[in-house]
Amino acid sequence: MSVTKTSLLETPDILTDARWDVERIREDFPVLRQMVNGKPLVYLDNAASSQVPQIVIDRGSIYLEQEHSNIHRGVHYLSQRATTAYEGAREKVKRFINAREARECIFVRGATEGINLVMHGYGRKFIGEGDEVIISAMEHHSNIVPWQMLCEEKNARLRVIPMNDQGELLLDEYDALLNERTKIVAIAHISNALGTINPVKEMIARAHKYGVPVLLDGAQGAPHLTVDVQDLDCDFYALSGHKMFAPTGSGVVYGKAELLEKMNPFQGGGSMIRTVSFEKTTYAGLPDKFEAGTPAIASQIGLGAAIDYLNSIGREQAVAYEHELLTYATEKISAIEGVRIIGTAREKASVLSFVVDEVHPHDIGTILDQEGIAVRAGHHCAQPVMKRFKVSATARASFAFYNTKHEVDALVSAIEKVIEVFG
Amino acid sequence: MASPIYELYNEQVIEHSKKPRNYREMDAANRKAEGVNPLCGDHQIIYLQVEDDVIKDISFICIGEDKVKNCAISKSSASMMTRSLKGKTLKDADTLFNGFHEMLTGELNEAAQDKLGHLGVFAGVRKFPERVKCATLPWHTMRAALNNQEVASTEGALDPASSAGG
Repeated sequence: MSVTKTSLLETPDILTDARWDVERIREDFPVLRQMVNGKPLVYLDNAASSQVPQIVIDRGSIYLEQEHSNIHRGVHYLSQRATTAYEGAREKVKRFINAREARECIFVRGATEGINLVMHGYGRKFIGEGDEVIISAMEHHSNIVPWQMLCEEKNARLRVIPMNDQGELLLDEYDALLNERTKIVAIAHISNALGTINPVKEMIARAHKYGVPVLLDGAQGAPHLTVDVQDLDCDFYALSGHKMFAPTGSGVVYGKAELLEKMNPFQGGGSMIRTVSFEKTTYAGLPDKFEAGTPAIASQIGLGAAIDYLNSIGREQAVAYEHELLTYATEKISAIEGVRIIGTAREKASVLSFVVDEVHPHDIGTILDQEGIAVRAGHHCAQPVMKRFKVSATARASFAFYNTKHEVDALVSAIEKVIEVFG
Repeated sequence: MASPIYELYNEQVIEHSKKPRNYREMDAANRKAEGVNPLCGDHQIIYLQVEDDVIKDISFICIGEDKVKNCAISKSSASMMTRSLKGKTLKDADTLFNGFHEMLTGELNEAAQDKLGHLGVFAGVRKFPERVKCATLPWHTMRAALNNQEVASTEGALDPASSAGG
């Protein structure tokens, strides 16, 4: 986060900065070159899933055309090539989030599976009756439901950090919730519904005073911030490849090696064993212990290619550009009469949730789609957030570094059309 | 030709969504069902008072966290449905249900559509497949109430679409 702020100070108007050539960046994304309902596609649903650059598509094709084979189990040429590519992607992930070791990066289907892995492997082993799990009021269902399931099974208690009207967590309340019964804290790095960047480094330090491990749901954090798991000192970090310009089915959960080693395996099957007999099975070491069965090899190799792409365009520049775009959009959209922005935290990234007076977000979504603009309309898998802000749903525009000011202007015109239709 | 968006959100649809008719709870109801579309969050309750196979009274409310509560399509569809069904026999209601459903799934010819009367203003919805469930939610909920089911959902085991038109 501090990196982001520094970059912004140094580049106050990166939108017109020659160092970020957005038109050049857009050429990397073939999906953006199309018309929808007779209008150029304006893709503002990046928080749901981001688009894939040509270089990642090509990497997937090379794998399927030249390298496809099962990994870790063949002495033959193709299996070795596939294994090298797959493990190479793990090394890229390691460097991307600055993990100490590649074996701390477990490949999963996405952040949801990553959180479930920690719930099963850590939660079911170390959390028992009367223990407490802390989450926050702004979590995605994927960081609520697994912990609820655990608490129900173990008769443990789910505690929720409340937030203020801007969508910022109340840290005093968090302090009050932490105690010797707390066994894990699981919070979003960035809220998918509000865009709030949580002060996770500080929150982790406070949990560690009680010896409590912290899981960060990084589904939105990984694509829109620079992430350093050692600097944050988080114990687990879950991310989804398809929200960071890689194919669906790719994702990672990072865990500190000492924690992963003492955890139970997640799924049982091939690859995750050392020896199997009908009397007893011994498990493989990290990361194989958590990767039962044949993984999404092509997708994870694609994630590695997406990381290469992000590094090539400049991570910090991309983050700074997105922030400028969000600031521009926030100014423009909040100036429209009858529009209210939901989530006005001081520290925000990528996400702009809004409602229009007297108009349901689904009607907004339909009208915007007719203008070629893709936004998400609904509860964003965060129903408690909707309830907290007393809205049934919101419309959400979420930005990536390939979006432009012109696209924001198109969004503004389309919202004005919504108001005209419902006039 | 009008743009599809104005075919969908035509004057009557907008007007009914803003000033829904028969929008009230009904103490005297002897049939009642709750309809939900979990994907978009539309949530309504339909009340009916049925005597001797005739719908003496029908009303609805929307449930939601804010003032708008439900989308314009489901709200106006519920409003116009209550207007169409008041005083009708259960058999008439069934005929209208089938006609309305067929209009939205594109299986209804123009002559048949004429019989639907003012409900024809929803013909534009068929160009928006994602929104068909919004328009049919109150109708499925109404039928669930008449069948003494308490809940209608647009998803899963209770998905009325799976038994629609029958």
